[in-house]
Amino acid sequence: MKPQTRKTYVSKTVAGLKPSGIRRFFDLASSMDGVISLGVGEPDFVTSWSIREASILSLEQGYTSYTANAGLLELRQEIAAYLRRKFHVDYCPETEILVTVGASQAIDLALRAIINPGDEVIIVEPSFVAYEPLVVLAGGKPVAVHTSGEDKFQLNPVHLERAITERTKAVIICSPNNPTGTVQSRTELEAIARLAEAYDLLVIADEIYAELTYEGEYTSMAAAPGMRERTILISGFSKGFAMTGWRLGFAAAPDEILQAMLKIHQYAMMCAPTMAQYGALEALRNGERDVVDMRNSYRRRRNYFVASLNEIGLPCHLPGGAFYAFPSIKPTGLTSEQFAERLLIEEKVAVVPGNVFGQSGEGYIRCSYASSLEQLQEAIKRMKRFLARL
Amino acid sequence: MKLSEKELEIIEILEKDARTPIDVLAKMVDLPVEETEALVKKLEEAKVIVQYTALIDWRKADGREGVTAMIDVKVTPKRGVGFDEVAERIYRFPEVKSVYLMSGAYDLSVVIEGRSMAEIAQFVSEKLSTLDSVISTTTHFILKKYKHDGIVFDQGDQDRRIVVSP
Repeated sequence: MKPQTRKTYVSKTVAGLKPSGIRRFFDLASSMDGVISLGVGEPDFVTSWSIREASILSLEQGYTSYTANAGLLELRQEIAAYLRRKFHVDYCPETEILVTVGASQAIDLALRAIINPGDEVIIVEPSFVAYEPLVVLAGGKPVAVHTSGEDKFQLNPVHLERAITERTKAVIICSPNNPTGTVQSRTELEAIARLAEAYDLLVIADEIYAELTYEGEYTSMAAAPGMRERTILISGFSKGFAMTGWRLGFAAAPDEILQAMLKIHQYAMMCAPTMAQYGALEALRNGERDVVDMRNSYRRRRNYFVASLNEIGLPCHLPGGAFYAFPSIKPTGLTSEQFAERLLIEEKVAVVPGNVFGQSGEGYIRCSYASSLEQLQEAIKRMKRFLARL
Repeated sequence: MKLSEKELEIIEILEKDARTPIDVLAKMVDLPVEETEALVKKLEEAKVIVQYTALIDWRKADGREGVTAMIDVKVTPKRGVGFDEVAERIYRFPEVKSVYLMSGAYDLSVVIEGRSMAEIAQFVSEKLSTLDSVISTTTHFILKKYKHDGIVFDQGDQDRRIVVSP
């Protein structure tokens, strides 16, 4: 019997994922010359030479084989010490820390390790574009909770509680946030913690931008009362240490969950790249000074850029972390997409329309201020001209 | 002079780029323009900010010949004034660009600029070596400047990042 010809080889799940809204802007911006891009989601610093040099040395010495599945024990020990030093949380390097290929992989592993088919995962919007598809791919159901510019994008616990059902398994919290730059306040964290406890939920805490916090000391979700046992703490080296291309992140979680993640990791990935792990080791041992310098540099640019946005008529709250400003474009009467597209075509400034981060991002644009001060000044000049013409 | 956090921030920014416009500087340190201006003025008057200069890559400036030498100078310190007196005698020469008192094998490190090696040789033999307290000199000519005051000459500064990323 001749088998029926398939319409497609692609799985229904994957076919059903919506394409990333960023893609279209990428294609458009890439085709133009002289574009100032504020659409870049990564540091403008090159990784510190001491880190690059340590990685080169590891190659010269022939460290080119696999490491333990969970990552070099030495590195996990350094990560444990780092988490204790920075965030006052204790994890066992042998059983509770996993080195991953970027924080992205850690999020994927966390979701796959905990989701049963149909389990709901709450995503706080506007949010990083990968959470929703990763939940779907893991067989879960994403449920959005919205935050608003009026609240400076702080999560309202009442809204969170309203979204919880008996199928809810976990909440993903990203703080400092991509795209809004908002840092969840201690009060919000404690309120989230109380809800997690009351409804027996896990929190996937994406703290990749924690190093880039500009006001006061950063509070990790895992450090909130009672939260260590129900938090999957995710971070990495990309943002704070300017190591995006190295693809190196980590997860810290209670033994049972971490071991479940490790199980997937050992089949799907084996281990994170060895040379990157040696670079990360140097980053944690001797990288603090450079992190402080970079943080100061971002903070100054943030101050300049956000003040200037407000001045030219795009209201913007002062973000407490990351390197994104998320100004409102509502005064222009344009949609986020229209604004971003016209700004790109007419003035060659690339920003990311807020709606790609979820419906509550509509009316906003994401501007990365991880660009040189000269570029930021030029971008402001062009945006001002653009607004005057509208 | 004990500096405030804002003042420290201002000099850090100006040290990297002395031409940062005052309104940009004010926003960066989150102060009103007038207040920022006043702080800069205060720092200038207190000589914390000594001078604003440009960093020139003279190799690219055709039509001006020049050589730079670093000279290790051993001297006998004088009672009462130590090294200060001889240092002053040396730094008063306009061709001397910098003078540092050093720990280690010699005492003063002198950087000197001249139009030619001969001119520098003449300075060393006639002016420097003949000073009473100078015991010996070792002259090193600079062949190429790669990095100066934290700035890399000929820096490939292209942005390698992709234009838009999540």
